[in-house]
Amino acid sequence: MMQPSQGFLPNAPLFPPRASEMARDIDLLFFTVLGVTIFFSSLIAILIFYFMVRYRRTSPNQVGVYMKEGGGTMWLESAWIIVPLVIALGIFAWGARIYFAAARPPSDAKQFYVVGKQWMWKIEHPGGRREINELHVPRGQAIKLKMTSEDVVHSFFVPAMRVKADVVPGRYTTMWFNPDTVGTFHLFCTQYCGTEHSRMVGRVIVMEPADYERWIGGAATGTGGSIASGEDLFVSKQCNTCHRADSTARAPMLWGLMGKTVHLEGGQTATADENYIRESIVNPTAKIVAGYQPIMPTYLGQLSEEEIIQLIRYVSSLKAPSATEQAPGVNPPVPSPAHEGAR
Amino acid sequence: MSALTDFVEPVEEAPEPYEHYLNHKYGLASWLLTKDHKRIAILYLISVSLFFVLGGVMAVIIRLELTTPEGDLVQADIYNRLFTMHGILMIFFFLIPAIPGVLGNFLIPLMIGAKDLAFPKINLLSWYIYVVGGLFTFYALLAGGVDTGWTFYAPLSTSYTNTPVITVALGIFITGFSSILTGLNFVVTIHRMRAPGLTWFRLPLFVWAHYATSLIQILGTPVIAITILLLAAERIAHVGIFDPKLGGDPVLFQHFFWFYSHPAVYIMILPAMGVVSELVAAFARKPVFGYHFVAFSSIAIAVLGFLVWAHHMFVAGISVYAAAVFSILSMLVAIPSAVKVFNWTTTLYKGSISWETPMLYALGFIGLFTIGGLTGVMLATLGIDLHVHDTYFIIAHFHYIMVGGAIMGYMGGLHYWWPKITGKLYPRFWSKVGALTIFIGFNVTFFPQFILGYLGMPRRYHAYPNEFQVLNVMSSAGATVLGLGYLIPAIYFIWSMRYGKDASANPWGAIGLEWETNSPPPVENFDEIPTVTWGAYEYHESKVTPSLPPPRPKGEVVRV
Amino acid sequence: MSEMQSAAMTSSSAHAHAGDHPSNLAHHFQSYEQQRESASLGVWVFLVTEIMFFGGLFTAYILYRSRYPEAFIAGSHQLDVMLGTVNTAVLICSSLTMAMAVRSAQLGRAKAIAGFLVATIILGSAFLGIKATEYHHKWVEHLIPGADFHLEASHLPTSHGKPVTSDLPTGIVGESRADVPLPAAGPKDIQAHTQLFFFLYFGMTGLHALHMIIGVGLLAWLIRPSLQGRFDGNNHNYVEGIGLYWHFVDIVWIFLFPLLYLVGRHG
Repeated sequence: MMQPSQGFLPNAPLFPPRASEMARDIDLLFFTVLGVTIFFSSLIAILIFYFMVRYRRTSPNQVGVYMKEGGGTMWLESAWIIVPLVIALGIFAWGARIYFAAARPPSDAKQFYVVGKQWMWKIEHPGGRREINELHVPRGQAIKLKMTSEDVVHSFFVPAMRVKADVVPGRYTTMWFNPDTVGTFHLFCTQYCGTEHSRMVGRVIVMEPADYERWIGGAATGTGGSIASGEDLFVSKQCNTCHRADSTARAPMLWGLMGKTVHLEGGQTATADENYIRESIVNPTAKIVAGYQPIMPTYLGQLSEEEIIQLIRYVSSLKAPSATEQAPGVNPPVPSPAHEGAR
Repeated sequence: MSALTDFVEPVEEAPEPYEHYLNHKYGLASWLLTKDHKRIAILYLISVSLFFVLGGVMAVIIRLELTTPEGDLVQADIYNRLFTMHGILMIFFFLIPAIPGVLGNFLIPLMIGAKDLAFPKINLLSWYIYVVGGLFTFYALLAGGVDTGWTFYAPLSTSYTNTPVITVALGIFITGFSSILTGLNFVVTIHRMRAPGLTWFRLPLFVWAHYATSLIQILGTPVIAITILLLAAERIAHVGIFDPKLGGDPVLFQHFFWFYSHPAVYIMILPAMGVVSELVAAFARKPVFGYHFVAFSSIAIAVLGFLVWAHHMFVAGISVYAAAVFSILSMLVAIPSAVKVFNWTTTLYKGSISWETPMLYALGFIGLFTIGGLTGVMLATLGIDLHVHDTYFIIAHFHYIMVGGAIMGYMGGLHYWWPKITGKLYPRFWSKVGALTIFIGFNVTFFPQFILGYLGMPRRYHAYPNEFQVLNVMSSAGATVLGLGYLIPAIYFIWSMRYGKDASANPWGAIGLEWETNSPPPVENFDEIPTVTWGAYEYHESKVTPSLPPPRPKGEVVRV
Repeated sequence: MSEMQSAAMTSSSAHAHAGDHPSNLAHHFQSYEQQRESASLGVWVFLVTEIMFFGGLFTAYILYRSRYPEAFIAGSHQLDVMLGTVNTAVLICSSLTMAMAVRSAQLGRAKAIAGFLVATIILGSAFLGIKATEYHHKWVEHLIPGADFHLEASHLPTSHGKPVTSDLPTGIVGESRADVPLPAAGPKDIQAHTQLFFFLYFGMTGLHALHMIIGVGLLAWLIRPSLQGRFDGNNHNYVEGIGLYWHFVDIVWIFLFPLLYLVGRHG
């Protein structure tokens, strides 16, 4: 059941449905630039046709009228350098504004995770509900997608939202959109990724918020689902043997880590965000915390992307224990004077 | 005066046989061991035409498949190999070598009043290297072909595909040296072999364009060479340079690849622009307006072309600030092209315009290149590229430039200089039919693809949603017409070599040192190197009908 | 057009008349000067392409070194600085003998040219021999990138070469902690990053060595024409061109040596 397309032929639309504010912005930009294109192309075409007819050769030995390069030439040349340049830079500025906005998800965007692999899309909702090749989203809510690939470079493209982002192995890329029209829209993989690239397609289904709540409530149990499994992984993969909150731990404390500034060996700092945690799991020696040895083994190849995501979410949920509260499953942390103030 | 009886004077009586580069020696060895730039140009003509046909056949199958939404003509695997090999053959084995190898080789020594290029043996070596590279790629084609797309992105090409990537990569690596050596030859020739008095600003704009092209070939091609070596090392030994599992970066491959492949597109278009400058001057019988601006714009395109590569990577995960920089630079690189288009158009004002076939191709170039170039400005616009990147919009954009631009320029040049190269005239009526068929077929093929791209149809898709079918069918119908359109010149060009009327030294009444030799030219081009005291297109200073000394009778060989 | 035509016919170029073209002046050149300048420009343009060719590898090196500095230090410390220094000296001397060969060619001294060419070949071969020895060492030490690559535990990076024992702050602002023991064996990813270093090492020095081998071949090819007296003041383009190529290959090594051998070797 596809969204009825806009266009003069129902089965042969001219442009895709516009399902977000940004789609409208991009269309406006495009049609303006299209207008500029049509203007200049027509100008050239009309001039060429006119000159061709008006100055048609009338005798075999006729030559053209020589126009000596002089002051007038410089004015003309400068004009048609500067005017297109100004127009082009104006177009650049407008396009850059949209692009920057597309790169900055609003703070209230809901975080979805996407893992691309040959040849399917694995999508996870904030609550843990999983989908394959389909993305149900509520209308009117900004949706942020944090994406990575398990194998080759893919690209997540929703024409109705007019945005796409490559999905790269070994790192996270982000895109966001805010759908404001209910309906079903195409999802395409648009970076060639192998044999079944054309079939790595799916649907983005925008629902009324109430319908979305009903849909999402029907499956996994609340917010507990994925975080519990993150905790399970933390234990089953032996993370807790080093990452403990007591004084003999050989690894940095993770409680209260998210968002903090981390001091590294060599004097640099890093911010403990999702990318940092992911890197620490798969490439631990890339950034060594100051004062620690590079002894953490890499979990590359031992955790699937979804498991890494679960772990990141678990670590994000770890609040720093206060002096009176116990961190789960370990001895009470050694209190230090600076401890309280830092919270 | 009707278009069909425009000013062209075929020689009515059979001329006295005289010695020229075609009949000076016969036999396969005299061709395969030649050092004559004119013969080498013919060798290139034959080989690039063969690759063009091969790439074209693949395009036909692709367009046939795309008439239906399901992947029902060929399997996905085969389709992927088809579009990959189509891209590789067309780009590396046709578009890059064609105009420099055929027209550049033939004409540059003639245009500058030299007897040959600076390094004739290296010129022949260039052709052989090109053939060897082509054979490697052809062998890979027979072994099933590669299915990574001509862009070979890692890690798909390094770790995930089972096709003969290394063979094809090797073929491209080898052919790259052909491109480098041709560029080297042209640069040295243009610097050192100009006739006395032929200053830089008296050079035909064709020469300027090839000089700029050669700069790109020299500086850019080695980078794709090393990229291919790294790709091969990664594929063979899995050293990790592009593999994230080993600490490598897949996006690094994209940077390396596009650092060459973007300037490469200027290698493909600049020579065609040079041709168009010559055609506009000759068929309007006046100097190109703004000669200095057109000359410098070629250099500007070459320089700026090296600074914009990451506009192919706006959605690949580069930083937004880097993207903004590359977007601005991409806007800048459009300006010199615009300068050329405006200058060519202004040249027509108060010209003496002939509607001969070469001019039709030149004017077709200007129109279609303008459209293709302006859609390039759209792509440089970050907000628009977000939507249309990796869709059919891109495909339409570069086909407008490469087919509507470069190939039309090549055809125009072939039609203009054919009498000089072969000494024969082709039938004018059919040449105009051919030009019109190509123009119409081209637009019907590729214009719908702009719409398809904006609709969201991704590139390299074997099967697609039903609502895209109408536009795809239109495009495929146009492709049929376009294919037939290319057949027409193929037929009459071959026909003309046996049955065409003999051409005089200057059938178009044009100005240029190449028109001061007979058609075809003698082996040594010039008996005595001329001293040049005139500008490139001084139609206003002279009568147009040339008078040449009578051609030397055959058998009297003079060594200069 | 006819005025232009007559202008074209009166040639004012300074070359010999028809039929008097010397055999060592190619038929399409008008003078020795034109031939020499064309050959020279051709070689320089070719060297520019070589710069772009090596440049790709240098770029990859710069990128990965800044990303994985410890691994690159560990890898670099496996290289033999003594042999590398000797090789540098050998190459610089070979450039001297090459320059002498070119000078001799300009002066037309056949035996001197050949002698200096032979000296350059000997020095170049010495370089290649030392390089081969180094490569052999690497093979024995399992440092060739590929399935067999393995960096010994004792060669893994440590914190400033010393085990960390003192009380150091944690990375997280506002907290402190205590001692940690030394690592027992390196993690897998340090191996991968050091392998990257060695890939670039072999790639860059291997490409350089290939150019040296070609250079030695070209020099050997020049010996016979030198002894035949083919090179003189008018026509010594081949010697000069190959000399330029040799100097270029030398300069590439001058960049390679510190970048590969001298990483983190200070104090």
